[in-house]
Order: sequence, then C-alpha cells, then structure tokens
Amino acid sequence: MSQPNRLKTGGRVDRSRQLTFTFNGQRYQGHPGDTLASALLANGVDIVNRSFKYSRPRGIVAAGAEEPNGIVQLGSSEAGQVPNVRATQQALYQNLSARSTNGWPNVQRDLMGLVGKLGGQFMPPGFYYKTFMAPASMWLTYEKYIRKAAGLGRSPTENDADIYDHRHQHCDVLVVGAGPAGLSAALAAGRAGARVILVDEQEEMGGSLLSSRESIDDAPATTWAEKVLKELSALEDVTLMPRTTANGYHDHNFVTLHERCTEHLADIAPHVGGRRQVRSRMHRVRAGQVVLASGAHERPLVYAGNDVPGNMLAGAVSTYIRRYGVVPGNRLVLATSNDDGYRAALDWSEAGREVVAIADARQNPDGELVEQARAKGIRVIAGSAVIEARGDKRVAVAKVAKIDIEGFKVSGPVEELACDTIASSGGFSPVVHLASHTGSRPTWNEELLGFVPSPVKGMTPTGGAHGVYALGKVIADGFKAGSAAGEACGFERQDASLPKVDERREGAAVALYQVPHQKATLRGPKQFVDMQNDVTAAAIELATREGFESIEHVKRYTALGFGTDQGKLGNINGMAIAARCLGRTIPEVGTTVFRPNYTPVSFGAIVGRHCGELFDPERYTAMHQWHVENGAEFEDVGQWKRPWYFPQKRRAENGERLETMHEAVARECSAVREKVGILDASTLGKIDIQGPDAREFLGRVYTNKWAKLAPGRVRYGLMCKDDGMVFDDGTTSCLGENHFLMTTSTGGAATVLEWLEIWHQTEWPELDVYFNSVTDHWATMTVTGPEARKLMAELTDIDLDKDSFKFMDWHEGNVAGVPARVFRISFTGELAYEINVQANYAMHVWKKLFAHGDKYGLTPYGTETMHVLRAEKGFIIAGQDTDGSVTPEDLGMHWAIGYDKPNSWIGKRALTRPDTKRTDRKQMVGLKPKDPSVVLEEGAQVVFDPNHAIPMPMKGHVTSSYYSPTLQSGFALAVVKGGHQKMGETVYLPMVDGQVHEAEIVSPIFLDPKGERQNV
Amino acid sequence: MFYIFCPYCGEHREEEEFHPKGQAHISRPADPEATSDEEWGDYLFFRDNPRGVHHELWVHAVGCRKFFNITRHTVSYEILEVYKMGEQPSITAEHYAAQQGAASADKERNASQAKHQEGVRA
Ligand SMILES: [Zn+2]
Repeated sequence: MSQPNRLKTGGRVDRSRQLTFTFNGQRYQGHPGDTLASALLANGVDIVNRSFKYSRPRGIVAAGAEEPNGIVQLGSSEAGQVPNVRATQQALYQNLSARSTNGWPNVQRDLMGLVGKLGGQFMPPGFYYKTFMAPASMWLTYEKYIRKAAGLGRSPTENDADIYDHRHQHCDVLVVGAGPAGLSAALAAGRAGARVILVDEQEEMGGSLLSSRESIDDAPATTWAEKVLKELSALEDVTLMPRTTANGYHDHNFVTLHERCTEHLADIAPHVGGRRQVRSRMHRVRAGQVVLASGAHERPLVYAGNDVPGNMLAGAVSTYIRRYGVVPGNRLVLATSNDDGYRAALDWSEAGREVVAIADARQNPDGELVEQARAKGIRVIAGSAVIEARGDKRVAVAKVAKIDIEGFKVSGPVEELACDTIASSGGFSPVVHLASHTGSRPTWNEELLGFVPSPVKGMTPTGGAHGVYALGKVIADGFKAGSAAGEACGFERQDASLPKVDERREGAAVALYQVPHQKATLRGPKQFVDMQNDVTAAAIELATREGFESIEHVKRYTALGFGTDQGKLGNINGMAIAARCLGRTIPEVGTTVFRPNYTPVSFGAIVGRHCGELFDPERYTAMHQWHVENGAEFEDVGQWKRPWYFPQKRRAENGERLETMHEAVARECSAVREKVGILDASTLGKIDIQGPDAREFLGRVYTNKWAKLAPGRVRYGLMCKDDGMVFDDGTTSCLGENHFLMTTSTGGAATVLEWLEIWHQTEWPELDVYFNSVTDHWATMTVTGPEARKLMAELTDIDLDKDSFKFMDWHEGNVAGVPARVFRISFTGELAYEINVQANYAMHVWKKLFAHGDKYGLTPYGTETMHVLRAEKGFIIAGQDTDGSVTPEDLGMHWAIGYDKPNSWIGKRALTRPDTKRTDRKQMVGLKPKDPSVVLEEGAQVVFDPNHAIPMPMKGHVTSSYYSPTLQSGFALAVVKGGHQKMGETVYLPMVDGQVHEAEIVSPIFLDPKGERQNV
Repeated sequence: MFYIFCPYCGEHREEEEFHPKGQAHISRPADPEATSDEEWGDYLFFRDNPRGVHHELWVHAVGCRKFFNITRHTVSYEILEVYKMGEQPSITAEHYAAQQGAASADKERNASQAKHQEGVRA
C-alpha cells in the first residue's frame, strides 16, 4: 500500500489503479504507467542487485536502456522465465514477478559479498585469466562457481510457451526514436507522403518530452507530442510502433526492429479470442532512408563510492519525478559539469524535498538554470565536485571538495554533506550505437565532448544523436532531417512551420569524467566506470601501466563494456581515463564501437516461427507415406527424409520385438543379393540438359568421353573442379541427339546445377545448351537382385531380353500402366532396373510392384543397405570417399579419364601438375580387417608401423566401413598413401581406447570384380 | 544483408536470393595445356583482396539463375554498380579515387547512385 516515494500528483501514472507485483518474493504496489524500476523506487527499494565481481549492493541508476544494475530475471512460472530484463524498460503489470539476477543467496545478505570484500585487492583486471586459467583442466570447475556467483541470469528449463513472429517490410523513411527530433522528422516525411515507420523502444512515444520542464507553443511539451502523434496516426502511410527497438542496423539500410507485443501485459502472452498472442515480433525492414533520432545518454561522473545505491544519473532523477511521480530519496546532492544537470535539483526541490547542495565543477556557472536554482535558495558550490559517496546499503554522505580538473587533484578542504541521493551529470553521449553497427566508426567532437556518428549512406542523424540538445533546435533539426529523407526518396521538400520554444541561455560545460580524490586512483576507494562488469578507474589505470595502450585492448583486458549493457554508461568515461593515464586525448586512444543488438533480444524473437518442425524444410519423396506405414527408420540426407532401414518384427521370448539395425541390414542385403530388393532413389539429383551443344558441353565438364554415346545408352561420369579434384559423379543418359539426363548425388543436386550454369554463362556462353532441374518431377525406384527381371516382366511392356535391353541401356515404355523410363544402371552390382515415372504416379507403381513382388521375396531396403551393397562393389560416394583432395587417378578410375579428348576438360590441366602425378598420394584401396568381426571406424587413421614413437606418421584414413553379411566380415574403403602399390600389405589402425586393429590392403572391389552379376 | 539489383530481373532483391561467386573477370586460360604450372596456379588460387573498389561475380541463385557482376566497395559495402556478363565495369578503383577527389564529387556520386538504383543496362 505505502509507496513512500510516490508524489501525490504529477507524472503519467494512473493512480486510480493499483498493480501488485513481487520482487525477490516481496509484494509491492505500483500503478499502470510505471516501469518496474519506477515502482521499486516508489516503494523505497534501494538494492536491486549484487555486483558481478565484488558483490557490492547496487541500486537503480538510470531510467532507460543504459541501466547497468537493474537487471532482473522475470517470470512467475518456469516456462515464462526471461533473463536479463532491464527493470527500467519493463512495464509494470498485474502480478509481475521479478528476481535479482545477481546475489547468492539473496541481495540483502550476500555470501559472496564476503568474498568480494576479502578478494577485492586480489581481483585485479585480467584476474580470471591470471588466476583461474591454471591448471587449465580446472577451468570448467572454476567457471561453474564463478558463473553461479556472478549470476548472468538463467534460461528456462521448460519449453517456451510463447510464439514469435517475423515480418518483412519496406518503407521510404524509417525514423528511429520518437522524441522531439524523431516526431518532428516523421512529421516532415509523413506530410510529404512518404511511407514512414516511426519506432520507439519505450512504452509511450515522446522521449524526453515526457519529462521535460520546457514549454512548446506556451503549453507543456507533452501537449505538442500528443498533437504530433495525432497528426501522424491520421496519415495513412505512417506506421507508429511503440515498444519497438531498432536493435540492429545492417548493410544497405536493413534494420531489424524488435517489437514487444505483449511483454507489458504478462510474462506469457495472454489469449485473445481463444488464440495465443504473439509475444514479440521481429521486423526486418529495408528502408530507403534512415533517420537516426536515438537521442543521447547522460554520462555519470566517476567518483569514489559512486556505485552505492542512491547514486543516480541527474536526468534519471528528473524522469522519475516528472514522468512517474516518484522522488527516489529525501536529500539530494547534485554533482554536475553542465547546466542540464540542474534540472534534477529544480525538479527535486519542486517536488518538496531538500536539495542539500549542487557541486558544480565549473568556476563560474551562470546559465539560466543555475540562476533558477540560486533563486530557490539552493546552495551552489562552484569549482567543486562530489569526490566520494559514503554509505553501506544507501548513500549517507557526500564528500564535496574543490577540484583542479587540469591538475587532476583535490584543491580544497573536504566538506561532508549528509544526504541519501547523489545525482551526477557529466554531459551527454550521443546514442551512436546503430550508426556504428554498419561498421562506421564514430568521430570525436571536441566541442560537444562526445562521439558523433560518421556518415552512413542513406542515414541522417538528428537531434541528440549527433549532439543537438536545445529543444527548439532539436525540433527544427528533426524536421529538416525528415524532409531531406523524404526528398531523397522522391517526395517534395516540406516547409517547416516550427512551434515556438523559448531558447534557454546556457553556460558552457566543462570536460569532466573521472573526479580526482585525495588518494591516488590505485590506492583510493573504488571509483566505478562500468558497474555491470565491476570495472573501476583503478583497473583501467593498471591496464595502461601493464602496457595496454589501445582502448580495444584495455576493454578486453578489463571487461569494460562487455556486459549486457555494452557499456552504454561507462565506455566514454573509460576511454577518458585511459587517455588521462596515457597522456593522450580521447580520440588518440581510439573510438568506441557497438555491435548489434542494441539491447538484448530473446532467442524466440530471432527464431520466429522457424523452430520445431518448421526449423528447416523437410523434403519427402512420392512414396514417403508408404515408408512411414511400413515402419521405416529415416535418415536425413540434406533436407530429404530417406528410409534408412525397414526393421521387421521378430519373434522373441515374450512376444515380438523389432529387429536391430544390424539385423535389418543383414536381411535387406541378403534379399538383394539372393532375390530382389527395392530402393526409393527419387532423391538423386536429376538435371535435364538440352541443346545442339549439349554433348560438347558434357565432354567439357566430365572427365570421360561423351562424343559417341548413342540415344538409348547410359554412361557413368566423373566431374572434377579445375584443380583436378573429384567433386561429384553420376550417370548421364542420352535421351536424344540433343537431349541428355544427368544424375547427381542427392546432396550435390543444386551445387552441380549451379556448376553447369557458371561454366556455361561465364566461360562458354557460345555453346547452345540449357539446363533444368527435374529432381522433383521424376520419382525413381530401383528394382535390383537376381529376380528383378521376372518381377519387371509382370508389369511392363518393355522388352527385357538381355540382348535387346542391355546393361547401361535405357528404354521407354509402360510400367504398371504408367509411362516410364527404365534404366539398367546398377549401384548394387546386381541386375537392376531404375524405374522413373512422373512423381504423382509413383505411389501407384510402387504398390503394384509389391502386389506382384511378394512371390519373389521383394524386400524394401534403405540407405544403410544401399551403402553396404555399393561399398562391397567399391562404388564411391562423392563427399564421403572423396573430400576435395582426391583425383580420379587416386580413385583408381583411369578408365574414366579421357586424356586424349580434343578439349581441355575441367580438371585435365591440373592432373599433369607434379603434385597430382606423385605416386605416394593417398589412393583408394579396400581394407579387410584380419579379425572378420571387426568393423573399422570411419575416419580411423591408417599407420604402417604401430610401434613407431608418437606422433606416428599417419598414412591414410578409412572413408567407408560396414559389416558385409555376404562376405561375413567387416570391410572398408580407405585412402592410403601409395596404396595402389601396396596390395596384400598389412596396415594398422590405432584406436582411441588403445586397441590396434590390423587390416590387409586389398582391391576396393570386394565382390564380383568382373561385374558379371549386374550384366546378366 | 545486401540489397542487390539483378540486371536481368530488373529489380532489387534481398541478398538471400543470391550467391557470391568470388572475384569477377577471372577468365580461364584459352589453352590450359600451354600454361606453366605457376600460371595455372595463379588462375586457380590467387585472388585480389582490395580495400576499396572490388568487382565480384554473383548469381541470382533462387531468382533467374543468371550470373552477373557487382562493383562493390569493400569498406562501406556500397554497391557502386551492377553489370551483365560480358560487360566491363564503368567504375574502377582509379575512377573511384578520381571521383572522390574531384571538386564535383557530390554530383558524380549522385549520378552513380542513380545508376546503382537502376542497374546498368546493356
Ligand atoms: Zn535475376
């Protein structure tokens, strides 16, 4: 009930409604319009976390994306857990449940705090590298405890209950940020008729206007914002997207927008009309022009004890007071280097609470806001700063002293001021993050004391994003940027009718980053630069003393900017400190680079609907349903689902059981060798090649000869790259004088088609030839085994006589009443017919084959049996038995190389290089294990001398290995150095477990070397 | 992610539709057998890696399947022009440097932008 820090009036929260929420198990109240952070501050919650390394208590510092401490774990159920949520950006909703990300066992009494206090001196930068890396074997153990203690948030252990979306969009002008600059830019582009998308990461559009002290057209700034938003929403081509973060800016104006659709309502998206709503949506936007109106982040000053809860950014203090009606304390001391910081003191005072003093680093502050503060009787201490905050769990004392900025020293006596809040302002850093995502490095502007975006084609920074801060100028600048962006997209320039904003007389700011202390930085109390990663000024100074001079190295050594906040608050201060230590200027130590994402994005939003069964397309053949119904186990081959083997039921002691893979494959192999088997080979790549020069083209891309292949004939071919290495193989059939059908490996189909196209289009465009993929058009079933002809005879009108339909012929005819092309190609070494029919007829043909095949013992087999059968014959699989370093000669395929062809076919020239001519290259051989029960491991290394001292010279490796039920032995294909000349020799295969297998080098053709079985 | 103008389709399409195929204008020696091993090695393996203007071969892989060339700046990733197979680039490294240095740089850049928008038509 009691919200001690909530003001009676003011702000944009709805006090008529209460929202109950829990934080670390404790119940609190807030209002619609609150963020979790504003509600926590309203309830006087000081400590929201424990720090990463030293386990120090930490409180809310900021009011937006730059918050380093208020990082919470959200979710009241396991499935709804969300890590790394910034309390400052999370809208409050009824029953919100949050916990601190850090703190073990809890934030109030933290065991690790003791470690932090004791370990403080012993945890210099590079601590983890120096301490925990040795012995290396212990790193996993250390890491577990470090992570537990550090608490980087945790992912849910249950499946995400939510759904996420992607949307692809185009627009003329994308405006990032709906503060005064962004609103004004959107107005200019929108009025011109451009298609505009305006995004803002906050719950409500308006940016700084929502907490501004200034008037526009003699009315509160929010009135102008409302008026502009009203006009924009009436424009048909303008899309307003609040709660949407432009989190990545990529090449050619491609921007990803993360729209949080329901995260302000509940931790799991509610149902509307019985349907679950999308939790968040990733928009992938291609913008004609991007207007970057992302504003600026205030920089805190770096002083001792600046991390004790109660230390806040001056601007954040104003935002909490003016936008949320929350004063986060009672007695304020303000430390500032500029006029803008004074807003916090004025707002604080007007909220009825005490401003103890303002420590202004400037000698003669004289701006308008300074005068207003003095007029209210606030004590302004010129030329001074808060040099140290004291307090345990909350600020209790601010130590203020005169400082000498040039000399980096305290120049006067220290005064201790009792207070509970210290607000600081060290000026502003333009939010250049998105601009630097594109690779454009920000440029230091000495006048603005900040980095500004460097030019990016098609992008215009405006307002605070490039250092324009005065409200009237921001609005004018935004309008100009929006109008120019519209014009660049072909729309008319808009004349501005700008609202009236009183110009404020402002005193110059002074450059102040780290505040000096009486003690030297290395010996004094800790001054925090990056609170999320616990990086101190001393750590940066130490890093520079250890020889790190580039800010990129300093950052990696100290972890500066490596938290989930990417150092939004600390990076510039860190650079300034490194520059001071090295005696250089900020631009001399480097620049600051930010990468996507601007704020963390959940994996769900990145993945969208591409998960589960939609993760990757699955390709099914025309007979897939039959395979499923007949109990096939499937194997993924590229995107294809191919039957792997078909386990059958077997009798067992207590009923039935399914065969093991080994049993199934043995049965399938025997069926093919003894009776007849059938394979769904539809996934093989098929390319239709036509044109008067088709034959000439084949002769150039294949290693062997094609000039004399007659219509009706089929030939096996090898393809090499121009380096002479085999990359695919397959058969090509002559369908007509100018018409061929090429088959490729299943995985190589798309690659081979692109390969043919690149040679045709870039090297030989004069050849009249055309290629088209017909893989999906034709279904292929291989009927193979001694009984294949008898089975085929029952179903086809094609003459199957061995003299009229020979091995490597193809014939056209009907099979099961369906027009078909039948090829006598064999990948098993047995009599084989590859039946190709139009895919939508294939299931009919397949079922007919089974209706007639039972009496012949027709057995379906899968890819595993296919592999065993082809390997027994020494047939290679490109990509398994070859790896891009194997020539046709290495494979022993001299017969497939047409050295005397008239053209210099692809790969020919390379085969005469000295290296490809070597006789000790790895060459394809068969390996027969001495122990027939041994099945060698694929990938196992071959050595000649098993007693050689380690490291043993490795002489080759196993590429394919199976158990052959026909040979009743394990057998393998391998590549072995000089293997072709080593037939009959013994080689050794040392295994990981210490065993050494012995094998004999044999011919890779284990079965029917003369090819009599396939040629019957 | 690039936004690429296919000179055959006559439209800008997302990079996902294209495959990069390396440096453009690498032509296979007319008589490979007449080359030395070194010359053949140069053709096979050696490619430029410039910081700045680069000519690249791309294919509209899931579009029209046509190969074409892109002149791209390897620092800004800006696509300066696209042109069909068999055509020569109008923007080269020398030309680009001169253009950047010229007093009328802005004007010319606008011209090249317009060209980029429309593609280079044969
Ligand atoms: Zn195209």
